[in-house]
Amino acid sequence: MEPIIRIEHLDKTFQSKEGEVHALNDVSLDIFKGDIYGIIGMSGAGKSTLVRCLNFLERPTAGNVTVNAQELASLSERELREARKDIGMIFQHFNLLMQRSVIDNVCFPMEIAGLKKREAREKAMEYLKVVGLEEKARAYPAQLSGGQKQRVAIARVLASDPKILLCDEATSALDPQTTKSILQLLRQINRDYGITIVVITHEMAVVQEICSHVAIIDHGNLVEHGTVEEIFRAPKSREARRLIYQGYERVTEMKGKRCVRIVFSENSSFEPVIGNMVLAFKTPVNILYANTRDLDGVAKGEMVLQLPEDEILGDKMIAYLTGAKLAVEELKDYV
Amino acid sequence: MFDEKVIQMIIEGIGETLYMTLLPTFLGYVIGMPLGILLTVTDKDGIRPNAAVYKVLDFISNIFRSIPFLILLILLIPLTRLIVGRSYGSNAMVVPLTIAAAPYIGRMVESSLKEVDHGVIEAAQSMGASTWTIVFKVLLTEARTSLIVNATIVTATILGYSAMAGTVGANGLGAIAVRYGYNRYQADIMIVTVVLLVVLVQILQGIGMMLSRKFDRRRT
Repeated sequence: MEPIIRIEHLDKTFQSKEGEVHALNDVSLDIFKGDIYGIIGMSGAGKSTLVRCLNFLERPTAGNVTVNAQELASLSERELREARKDIGMIFQHFNLLMQRSVIDNVCFPMEIAGLKKREAREKAMEYLKVVGLEEKARAYPAQLSGGQKQRVAIARVLASDPKILLCDEATSALDPQTTKSILQLLRQINRDYGITIVVITHEMAVVQEICSHVAIIDHGNLVEHGTVEEIFRAPKSREARRLIYQGYERVTEMKGKRCVRIVFSENSSFEPVIGNMVLAFKTPVNILYANTRDLDGVAKGEMVLQLPEDEILGDKMIAYLTGAKLAVEELKDYV
Repeated sequence: MFDEKVIQMIIEGIGETLYMTLLPTFLGYVIGMPLGILLTVTDKDGIRPNAAVYKVLDFISNIFRSIPFLILLILLIPLTRLIVGRSYGSNAMVVPLTIAAAPYIGRMVESSLKEVDHGVIEAAQSMGASTWTIVFKVLLTEARTSLIVNATIVTATILGYSAMAGTVGANGLGAIAVRYGYNRYQADIMIVTVVLLVVLVQILQGIGMMLSRKFDRRRT
């Protein structure tokens, strides 16, 4: 099967005063009809640039983008405008025409296509029904909530009867509840109209919620891609792991060879020293052994910790524990 | 003092002032509107960047705007004679007033159109809208409130210019103020004309603000 979107060796370089900025480096990706393809990355990773290359709002510096079997770079200005009618797009800030009513916003792409006004209005009402906003047809965007504005934007996209829908951080300005309902609507559109959807986001939750596939972009490079299930089960790249654990890099196996034994005295047992240290260094330690002993009628806690592999980090942790007035003793060959 | 003749003169003065304000403003928009649109569209962040066109238009409009109006009026006397046949009177003043207004209006239109959110333009582009459609159905309609407010400012400025032109051959309230207040030391007539000029600007301002509010759909 031919992919509906084929990205081949895409490069995008911006000229700025400080020199060249490489927004995308050699990105290749195939997206098939019916997919809901998530493209995820931290802000500034190049994902918005990538999605703008899919309808040539941004022209790539090198590489090919083929959409609906048309190589976009080979199209004339007029042909490109025609091709764009098959590629809908919704945005983080909705981008509705503020001086037009809801129904006139939905009519806009049909005006561009040259439909008769009456016919356009009838169709627009249908699409507003699909997104559940037919009673707001006469309202103006300023009177709507964020979620309602995005619904209008979706109705507007449906009005051009696209094969592909690009979503550029479409839920990033919405609260979690509204995000969920918009994502449900997108899934419904994907199912009912067979529209292929590309979702740009920085939130893994969005990908988990609706995507069938995901690509991870970091510093303009495509670091990993596959089905959502695959990536979640076994993320290979560091970036994928970081996104999946959102901020924390979970350590599945302690490789550190250094171990320390620490002893708590009564007065230091109220402060959660170990917990605070883990938070401070954003790196876990492994508790290998813990016990309390009665020494001459005074309760003493002792604990053996396995420190991370990083020498310098280990030294810092020992200093931290010493600073918390604990007795710290390094153990040789404990593990 | 305020006999029938003076009152008659002042009423005619109001008429000529309005004529010298509204006609050049209108003609100024005929030239300035396309100029402002071109400046917006061909700018480097515009929808059809064209450095050459932008630089030429930018240069021309800056030159005309940097010449003080009274001097421009005198400089343009030969052109005025060529077009109108003479260099004094209200009709003659329409020429320099229009030429002074056009680049100024161009800049005002440019600044209004540049207020339009880039995201909305991008959305229209993503739908396959042509440059033409974006100019007429996105830029001009989305910016209409700002265009109306700026048109009000432009009209008040041109009214001021027309009064200035009273010193060198124009008619109207400005000319009356100069003739009676400056040449004949009749302060009372001058004060009346000044009050009338203030009232005219207030009325124009009021109409402009009302229209801009009426056409604004951004309120909740």
